[in-house]
Amino acid sequence: MKYLHLVWASLFRRKTRTILTLVSIIAAFLLFGLLDAVRTSFNEAGQSANGAQRLQTGSKLSFIQTLPLSLYAQIQQVPGVKNATYANWFGGAYQDPHNQVFSFAVAPNYLDLYPEVETSAAERKAFDSTRIGALVGEKLMQRFKWKVGDTIPLQSTIFPDREGSKNWKFQIVGVLRAKDKKTGGFFDQMFLLNWKYFDDTTPYNRGQVGWYVTRVADVNQADRIAKAIDALSANSDHETRTQTEQAATASWMKQLADIGFIVASIMGAVFFTLLLLAGNTMMQAVRERTSELAVLKTIGFSNGSVLAMVLAESVLLLALGGLIGMGLAVLIVPLVSGASGGMLNLPTVGRDSWLLGLSLMLLFGAMVGALPARSAMRLKIVDALAGR
Amino acid sequence: MAFLRNLGLVVLTIAVLAGWVALPWPGAVAIAVLLALWMVLTRRGRQAGSVTSVGISTLQQRLGSSAVIVVGIAGVVAVLVALLAMAEGYGQTLRATGSNDTAVVMRGASASEVMSVLDHNSVTLISQAPGIARDAKGEPLASAEVVVAANLPVKKGGPDEEGSVQLRGVGEQAFLIRPNVKIIDGQRFQPGLRELIVGKGAAKQFRGLVPGHEVRLGSQVWKVAGVFASGDAMESEIWADANVVADTYRRGSSRASVTVRLADPQAFKAFKTALEADPQLKVDASTTLDYYSKQSEKMTQLIRIIGITVGVIMAIGAMFGALNTMFAAVATRAREIATLRAIGFPGLPVVVAVMLETMLLALIGGVFGGLLAWAIFNGYSASTLAAGTVGQLSFELKVTPALLWTGLKWALAIGFIGGLFPAVRAARLPVTTALREL
Repeated sequence: MKYLHLVWASLFRRKTRTILTLVSIIAAFLLFGLLDAVRTSFNEAGQSANGAQRLQTGSKLSFIQTLPLSLYAQIQQVPGVKNATYANWFGGAYQDPHNQVFSFAVAPNYLDLYPEVETSAAERKAFDSTRIGALVGEKLMQRFKWKVGDTIPLQSTIFPDREGSKNWKFQIVGVLRAKDKKTGGFFDQMFLLNWKYFDDTTPYNRGQVGWYVTRVADVNQADRIAKAIDALSANSDHETRTQTEQAATASWMKQLADIGFIVASIMGAVFFTLLLLAGNTMMQAVRERTSELAVLKTIGFSNGSVLAMVLAESVLLLALGGLIGMGLAVLIVPLVSGASGGMLNLPTVGRDSWLLGLSLMLLFGAMVGALPARSAMRLKIVDALAGR
Repeated sequence: MAFLRNLGLVVLTIAVLAGWVALPWPGAVAIAVLLALWMVLTRRGRQAGSVTSVGISTLQQRLGSSAVIVVGIAGVVAVLVALLAMAEGYGQTLRATGSNDTAVVMRGASASEVMSVLDHNSVTLISQAPGIARDAKGEPLASAEVVVAANLPVKKGGPDEEGSVQLRGVGEQAFLIRPNVKIIDGQRFQPGLRELIVGKGAAKQFRGLVPGHEVRLGSQVWKVAGVFASGDAMESEIWADANVVADTYRRGSSRASVTVRLADPQAFKAFKTALEADPQLKVDASTTLDYYSKQSEKMTQLIRIIGITVGVIMAIGAMFGALNTMFAAVATRAREIATLRAIGFPGLPVVVAVMLETMLLALIGGVFGGLLAWAIFNGYSASTLAAGTVGQLSFELKVTPALLWTGLKWALAIGFIGGLFPAVRAARLPVTTALREL
């Protein structure tokens, strides 16, 4: 540690070169920060403690198939079930059918099962008492510049009302806020409407339910309860498939894209280039300084400490660039999400990304420094001073 | 003064880059030819040529640092081309699904087929509209189809993992409307039976989709009769008789959409107007080309934006790598360059020589990266949940010549910036100090 200023001074001996290399490292780790944030958000989707306690029951046939409401009472009777609710996909779109909004028609107790979503008691009450009431996610409100109290038209891309019109009217009675931004980001985008209003208005539903959500008392019993729920409808014409929320989300994410593979390929290409580039810089730096290193050795620095100093220099180079790069990623992520108006919702750089990034910086620093450090260690004082 | 000059350089760089982005390939060839002519015909040009050849002949001694430019740029180009190829493959697959002479009719304001419902009456009225081609027996070529989703076990995954596939119930005419659908294994399903034919892409993705095998969709057992190929998005679907599917999914006599073959592409207008004029119908008609292009639009755009963002960040990294290398190269050759200047070479040939050297390295990197992307990713199959469908769409990455050209353009642009600043520094080096420098 006491040689830090010496390492620092030798790092910035050639300012241009070091700064140019730093920018490359910053770019690489900026990309790493962004991509790894996307990757973890894919992996972590639905993996909250609350998510583990919830089971989703849908039609075994396919996710667009509906289930009878009669199952509701039966599911509540299953031992180990603490609470249950149901919802339907509404398929809402605002102004343009391609401007889709995540909109669900939900049972009155729906939000009881989602303690990670925040609404005031007054807003919940207003939602229950207003037939055409809707609770809207915070980000979605911003995206379309809605305010509480607004009455807005929303077209359903699936369900017409009794007159055959697909333009529905809703009054926004409250805002949904995710308590934990990291795991509840999805609720910021949601639009909830009353299932009763939905079912009464469209002639196409007739008491059908899209899916059931169950909260179990004991997470360890989840598998048994899932099987018990599926057994209720076995051999009927509406067989169900029950999964933990975690498993269901993971399977959706996997179908969407193999993000892990894509990110790994890109980062492989980026870091390979980076190693070569930083390695070249360190080689040049040591080659230039042979005589200085020889002087260090002459005045009593051991081979080991020279090796350590060169290694420290390359680790410092990587760490400096890496930290700035990932710091930039932290700054840029909310900007991108903001600029897209809620269309893209990138997560912030999480703890795991930081840990992975830091260990990569150390690893690459050591790899990049290894060769130059070895040649610095083996340097013969006489040869180096003679310029041979 | 120096500040103004640097500012001028930056402005020049931006202007050149802007022009470069818009330049089609004949323009680039023209520039290359002009440059070659200048180097052969004028005195300055020949000087530049000889300085360049000296620089290139010493490349061998700087192999390590030159490799930084080549590999760095190859990496950028490979990643960029691969990501753009993904967008291209996805878009092409969906666009190929549509054509000008077939049309799809759905209930008004439905974003996609799965969301649409047409009752029996509408289906009948639609198939009687003018402009539809007729088969040998004089029947209109219209197929009323049910589009639903089905869960099937996926090949790559745990024993309990299921994926969603789009199940299309089709009418008898479907094969006449889409002549590109060919059975490549087994045979067609028998109307009225629980039999399926599966697309090539779906067969690759889901377990048990082999002719002769039985699969469970929900509680029902279906027999796989055959495998079909169509070279488009349909390949990711599984097909069965519309009546059987409607029965299984409790759709009664309603259908999701009607696909028709038009007498000719011009007939579409009359067809659409007739449907719109009918007071009993509330439907939207669009040519399938239009329908599928619209479905693919957002996704291709998204992939393209991601590709370009990643590409730009990587390009910045590679550019600074190139700058670094070339500054070092100019520094090691400072004496040599100063000698040239001292014996009367003007600045321009030196600038051109350094730039040419960098851009040559960049070109090698670009070609290498493009070839790498082509070798690894051309035809690589990927899949995603496509917009507007309820199943997985499998598609192949397409590395087209246009994409390779884009990659080369990026490579040369990185080389241009990476070479410009070191070149200018080399030309401005005060001769006396440079000669004294060791």
